[in-house]
Amino acid sequence: MYRTPEGKDIFIVDGHTHFWDGSPENQKNIHGKQFIECFYAYHTGLSPKDQLWEKSKFEKYSADDLYRDLFIDGPDDVAIVQSTYLKDFYKNGFNTIERNAEVAKRYPERFIVNGAFDPRDGEKALEYIHFLKETYDVKGVKMYTAEWNGASKGWKLTDPDAYKCFELCDKLGIKNIHVHKGPTIIPLSKDAFDVHDVDYAATDFQNLNWIIEHCGLPRLDDFCWIATQETNVYGGLAVALPFIHARPRYFGEVIAELLFWIGPEKILFGSDYAIWTPRWLVEKFWAYQIPEDIAAERGVQLTDEIKEKILGLNAARLYNIDVEAKKKALASSPFSIAAE
Amino acid sequence: MATASVSGGREKELWRRLGDVNDPELDEPVTEMGFVERAAVTSDGSVEIDFRLPTYWCSPNFAFLMLDGVRKALDQLSWSPAYRVKLHDHMFADEVNRGMGAGKTFSDIFAVLAEDQDLGALRETFGMKAFKRRQEAVLRGLREHGLTDREILGMDLPAYDVARFEAGEATKQQPRYRAALLERFPDRRADHPVFVTWEGQIIPPTALSAHLAELRSVRINMEFNGALCRGLKQTRYKELDVVDGEPTLVDFILDRVPAGTAPTA
Repeated sequence: MYRTPEGKDIFIVDGHTHFWDGSPENQKNIHGKQFIECFYAYHTGLSPKDQLWEKSKFEKYSADDLYRDLFIDGPDDVAIVQSTYLKDFYKNGFNTIERNAEVAKRYPERFIVNGAFDPRDGEKALEYIHFLKETYDVKGVKMYTAEWNGASKGWKLTDPDAYKCFELCDKLGIKNIHVHKGPTIIPLSKDAFDVHDVDYAATDFQNLNWIIEHCGLPRLDDFCWIATQETNVYGGLAVALPFIHARPRYFGEVIAELLFWIGPEKILFGSDYAIWTPRWLVEKFWAYQIPEDIAAERGVQLTDEIKEKILGLNAARLYNIDVEAKKKALASSPFSIAAE
Repeated sequence: MATASVSGGREKELWRRLGDVNDPELDEPVTEMGFVERAAVTSDGSVEIDFRLPTYWCSPNFAFLMLDGVRKALDQLSWSPAYRVKLHDHMFADEVNRGMGAGKTFSDIFAVLAEDQDLGALRETFGMKAFKRRQEAVLRGLREHGLTDREILGMDLPAYDVARFEAGEATKQQPRYRAALLERFPDRRADHPVFVTWEGQIIPPTALSAHLAELRSVRINMEFNGALCRGLKQTRYKELDVVDGEPTLVDFILDRVPAGTAPTA
């Protein structure tokens, strides 16, 4: 819960968090080393100075660090923890669902654990989706279309194998498909970031929600166009939001475009923890106003009501969280007492 | 910078040429992005360049476009030196360095990985983005300066060349937009409007706001990459620091020296 300076309590769903192990002990090769270093550079490049972590902590933080940063020092009520395997880079994977489920176990009411699969695995991918549902009862998955797999240097949401997977997700009630469309690892061409496959997949799978992480940046215009046409396409603010500190005017331009095109109901907060921690992001977001000239040009405002939607109510809708019931449940949980 | 006083003229020329090489994705000079880690003229006149990108993962096609730009810039040096260009700490550094040394093309170097990539088309896309980004900065600068939309859109090249802005992005982009315009429309007449669309269409004053909104979306994407790259670069490698508080040659060339001490162009 975030309490505003005016004393209002705001329900926070952090749509994008991780519990990874990028430590040297777990690194399989140079790619593993470079991957976590790139994340660390994002962290140091866009965080306020007083929020910087030591590299060793950043590589591998504890479950207690995560609880504290998200829920005790941090304002999150619920955190969606995404899985990213990267088993070619890390001996035990980077943040597998096993690892995420383990951290979530202590406070199950505070976590939503999402799975991941690679459609290029064919039949095995379908079996794995069944496994994810039966073992973890996942409500969502994270897709990474630019990932290499053997000779393949990426895939599209519209590939026939991918469609088979999404049909199964639909059937099993795995409704939320988070798609990484943003800064990418090893793209041969950055134009392979293309977001147009979202357009087709979202049309063909109307029952699924397509949450485009990082809002397709650096393809914001294409993303906005698609998300405007498709009622089931959403934008996740991870990576875009930290600009609020380093380049606030630029953030104003991004959020104004999003509000103008896709509207306040379809934008989701995400810290991308542990690249950034949610507390400063939420505080700065609550205090933020779009610069007047930009707001006037686009005819949009970032009101408190809209901020509340972005910070939690929109994601709660997608994940069927009953906000009032959840608030009560959390208020009476021992964890909350430890936080006071 | 011990050799600066000896071969200062050549070093200056070298940095000036390198300053014309842009990161194609960001439309910003590679020297300003800090990608040229070292550029040296040795005692026999040959040139050594050490090049480093913000991450190990930067797209190899962009790396190639930049290094190809560096290669072309070095070919224009007045003393026609031998040169060595080395890309550091990139996942394809070995392939690129070997290929560049042998004068290979991108598709030769990345025969397997490049698949059907058309670098010509990519270059054109980047050319268009640069044109739009530069134009937006100048248009906004002129509006801020108090010109009406009609005045701005009626401007021809002679009027453009004498236009003045408040210091900032528009000033920086004024000559860069001019260059992009002439490259895009080499046969244009001097009395034609300076501000046209990438396709060459006249922009009516009533359409300027919509046109600017489109240009803004192009810039938002480019700035996102630019800001990330700068952040990553600063973190990954220590930036060139001022030595003992004294500006170095690089500072002069990159205009990082406060007015008064900088040599006038």
